[in-house]
Amino acid sequence: MPDPESTSSSLPTLLLLLPLLSALVILLAHRMLKGACVMISILSAAICFLISLMLLGTKDAAPMLLPFIEVGKFRVAIDALIDQQSRGMMFIVTSIGLFVHVFSVGYMKDDEAKERFFGALSLFMFSMTGIVLAGNLVMMFIFWELVGLSSYLLIGHWFDKPSAAEASKKAFLTNRIGDFGFMIGILMLFMANHGDVTFTGLHDSFAQGTMHDTAKMHPTFMMIAALGIFMGAMGKSAQFPLHVWLPDAMEGPTPVSALIHAATMVAAGVFMLVRCAFVIEASPDAATTIAWIGGITALMAALIATQQNDIKRVLAYSTLSQLGYMVMAVGLVAMQATGHHDAAAPGHPAMFHLYTHAFFKAMLFLGSGAVIYACHHEQDIWKMGGLAKHMPVTFFTFAIGTASLMGVPYITSGFWSKEAILGVAFEVKGGSPLFWIGVATALLTAFYMTRMFVIAFLGKPRTEHAHHATEAPIVMLLPLVLLALLTLISPWDWAANLLEALKPHHAEAHPTVLIASILALVVGSGAGFVLYRGKDSDPLASKGLAKVFANKFYFDELYAVLVKVLQDGVAWVVTGLERIFVDGIFARLPAFAAKRLGSAARVLTGGHLQTYTFLLGAGLLLVIYLIVFVLPQMGH
Amino acid sequence: MSPLEIVILLPILAALAVWLGAPARATSVGTAVLNLLIVLGLVWQFKSASAGKAGFAYESARVVLDNPAIAFAVGADGVSLILALLTALVTFAAVWQISPEKPGIYHIASQLIAGGAFGAFLCTDVFFLYAFHELALIPTLLMIANYGHGDDEHRKAAAWKTTVYLGAGSLVLLAGLAWVVLEFSGGEKLTFDLTALKAQAAATPLPAAQQATMAFVLLLGFGTLVSLFPLHSWAAPAYASAPTPVAMLHSGVLKKFGLYGLLRIALPLLPQGFQAEWVQQALLYMLLGNILIMGFVTIHQKRLDDVLANSSVMHMGYIFLGLAAGTEIALRGAVLLMFAHGISIALLFALAGRLRSQLGTLELSKLGGLASHAPVFTVIFAFGAFASIGLPGLANFAGEVMVFIGCFTTFGVTSFGPLQWTVAIALWGVVMSAVYMLRAYRSIFQGAATTGLFMKDPALSQRVPLILLAAVLLIAGCCPWLLLGLMKTDLATVAEAASTAVQGAAKAAAGTAH
Repeated sequence: MPDPESTSSSLPTLLLLLPLLSALVILLAHRMLKGACVMISILSAAICFLISLMLLGTKDAAPMLLPFIEVGKFRVAIDALIDQQSRGMMFIVTSIGLFVHVFSVGYMKDDEAKERFFGALSLFMFSMTGIVLAGNLVMMFIFWELVGLSSYLLIGHWFDKPSAAEASKKAFLTNRIGDFGFMIGILMLFMANHGDVTFTGLHDSFAQGTMHDTAKMHPTFMMIAALGIFMGAMGKSAQFPLHVWLPDAMEGPTPVSALIHAATMVAAGVFMLVRCAFVIEASPDAATTIAWIGGITALMAALIATQQNDIKRVLAYSTLSQLGYMVMAVGLVAMQATGHHDAAAPGHPAMFHLYTHAFFKAMLFLGSGAVIYACHHEQDIWKMGGLAKHMPVTFFTFAIGTASLMGVPYITSGFWSKEAILGVAFEVKGGSPLFWIGVATALLTAFYMTRMFVIAFLGKPRTEHAHHATEAPIVMLLPLVLLALLTLISPWDWAANLLEALKPHHAEAHPTVLIASILALVVGSGAGFVLYRGKDSDPLASKGLAKVFANKFYFDELYAVLVKVLQDGVAWVVTGLERIFVDGIFARLPAFAAKRLGSAARVLTGGHLQTYTFLLGAGLLLVIYLIVFVLPQMGH
Repeated sequence: MSPLEIVILLPILAALAVWLGAPARATSVGTAVLNLLIVLGLVWQFKSASAGKAGFAYESARVVLDNPAIAFAVGADGVSLILALLTALVTFAAVWQISPEKPGIYHIASQLIAGGAFGAFLCTDVFFLYAFHELALIPTLLMIANYGHGDDEHRKAAAWKTTVYLGAGSLVLLAGLAWVVLEFSGGEKLTFDLTALKAQAAATPLPAAQQATMAFVLLLGFGTLVSLFPLHSWAAPAYASAPTPVAMLHSGVLKKFGLYGLLRIALPLLPQGFQAEWVQQALLYMLLGNILIMGFVTIHQKRLDDVLANSSVMHMGYIFLGLAAGTEIALRGAVLLMFAHGISIALLFALAGRLRSQLGTLELSKLGGLASHAPVFTVIFAFGAFASIGLPGLANFAGEVMVFIGCFTTFGVTSFGPLQWTVAIALWGVVMSAVYMLRAYRSIFQGAATTGLFMKDPALSQRVPLILLAAVLLIAGCCPWLLLGLMKTDLATVAEAASTAVQGAAKAAAGTAH
């Protein structure tokens, strides 16, 4: 049990407020500061990184940082929970955050509104820090939504582009749908736990069974609460069927995609689910549902990724797919944990995969940013080709990221974390279909990453831009190299032990798991290599199922119809009915009566509203007079 | 002389002075600033002024009539002080942004509305409380009719409809209040003093069934003034056609009178009535009408002023939800939400007024890309828009979340009951608010700039009221405890009474079951 007194709250408070200060300064003074805004933002990110390193050595604590709401005994504050999980996550967020800040100096060099960009980046760092530190669910929700705001601002950075404006709106609204469920879940837990929504308080109540009777007696209650919480994660971590916003979020500048829409914010859903793992454990049905939603998302997104031609979209669907993996792991561990296993213990496979994935996916996105930058904002992989020669550093780092994502055995971090998840799926009772979904996803991952890699980096340049591409400047290469380094060392024991929360104490994986995943890698990447080597167009394009994948299973079209019918259509009908009934009965009737009376009494009112209003006032005064002076006399 | 009396009388005197020929803008803005400073001083002093007192601080009473006992009695507790602060802030912003070309009548009307609102919130005598609201209402209606936007016919129709509704609502309310006074006066003579009425109500409670009827009458009366569904249809056309300062003052401030009245009179005097099952049920249905039906109606709107006007009707549902819950957290949340909604809607109406006067249209499809012309304006609008959709860090969220949480702090007898279901449904309204606000924001500010539309950022001096309101939203959103701390005990007793009523009813029900 963390002791509130053991650490001072000054470090976490500074960590939380520094980026906010940076964002506020930039908001208020960007016209004076101009280029200095960039430095302010980077400086705050750098200090945050240092603080997160300092936190790695501290003891567990639950300090209160700031007051928020207090009514009698009821209290919701901005309070932190410093434990292995949050320390590890904070390292990921601040390190990648710092790299992305540095990378952006190069990438956004010529942008007219880079002050706004860096200001929003600081706002994001603030909100994300809040999620990581959050010690209770209400605080989690607060920063949850603020992260949504900063994501909205950054996706819509080029807001004069209609597609960017639409994408930012879509992201915010889809997340709001998730937050709808999240809030219901929070409220139900609030009720179940007698008004205490701190993670430590909830954890203890679940462990000791001291919840409200309603919660104890009704399994459905716990299931709905758990699924409500999960709905929040579905929005933020873009799980099926709320996944549609993430690919569109690629409208934002590429560094944003790396930081927010690959490494950190979208992983917040998984982070939060692991924080609430004991809630999910309490309801086996919810656990199974979550595992399956994760599995479906993983497979579906991988299928779509095989037919995307935009370098960022491929990576976006890959992110979706990997997030699905993590969510599946959350569900599986909870299914396994009925009673005898404490899922909050260090080493959750979902957190481990989150951790390795964050580094290699951030690197892949930044690498794609370098490529896009070099090719004059060309994102279509078919218009690239042969980049290996022109951009050797980017090529090497991208190769490391690709290998890690595909899970090349033993030497890459992605291999270890994926094995951990597949291992759980294999062991859990009822997990075997999910195990095979996981293997199929791994195969598809190897396939689409090989495809992209071969088309973009190997062969001959297909366009002038690709032909004249030059290596990115040093500020952009440095983050790439450092991330590549982190990708390689992250599963090593000394690195992972530093963030001990993140490495599962797994037993030796079953041979079947190992063989299946190596086979998936070989078959997937082999097929990708054979199929796409030296090609100038996609041999699979617009053939049968491939067309369905290319069109993302037509989700966007389906949702457009749903919004049109269920929202705009209903709005139209309701507005009509409201006019007819409410307006008609309650307003027209008195108006009609008054008109009839009015024509008779035109002399009195003179047809003027002023007169009427005046009479109304006079009439009221008369009534008051009667009540005050006449009525009492009658009574006595 | 109590400082509260000064606060009430200053705006009325200012209106009089302007009418008699004093320089309109200087007098009016000066008064508003002075009043804002006084109210801030009162808030600052409140802790020491209310220390050790059970009732109101800054009290004073001037007897007007002996029998029936009517006095010009003023007094403030946390709730009325928060609403007075709201009034002072919005009045300041509203009169500051009246452009110098407008005639003095704008200032006269605004100050009269402000004076009426202050009076309604600060008087502790039911007679004056009611009369001051009427005082504020009449200039509101006249301004809509004579100086409103839109063509003659629409404007007159809107003013007419508003007059009919609010007039009828006021009459129902008057009847309800008269009933309250007659029932709870006790003793020899009729009294309008709230404290005396409350004491009598507590000493000799009426039968529950009668309380329920009385509570319902008050709910209809006060409810009409707050645009409670289905008595709301005056509000949207009225705000859409009202002159900007009037729209700001009525939607931001005066409308809260109905909620304040319920909180001040109906809940404490008729706890069993307000908690009666059928009254609760009716209220829950009506407030869901506000949230869901008006949410859809708002989504359907095509002009910014219509969006704002309808959204303002919709958001009343959440405050009613807080009153329906009746727990201390929910009631405090409801007051916070009244404050937050008042500030945010006043800010949005001020901005919409600016847009209209600069561009000549508020049709969403005709606007676009203004963010690149007017970045400061855009940021301030974003503050208002995101506050109104309940983004954490801005005031409205704190109020909303307290209302929701308050609905889940059970009295110890309920489980997942009608109130909790209502919350679950009402939460969907939060999604709908985001839909219409972001749509509006998207079509006004984002995308390519529409050719022919040009808009400049407001000049520095014109930014003052806008930035003030935005800053208040931020401060109250980040530090809601600043305001919550003012409401120390006043709502605890109300919640206590509600809780006792619920438990009493549950016991009675259990008794009949056995």
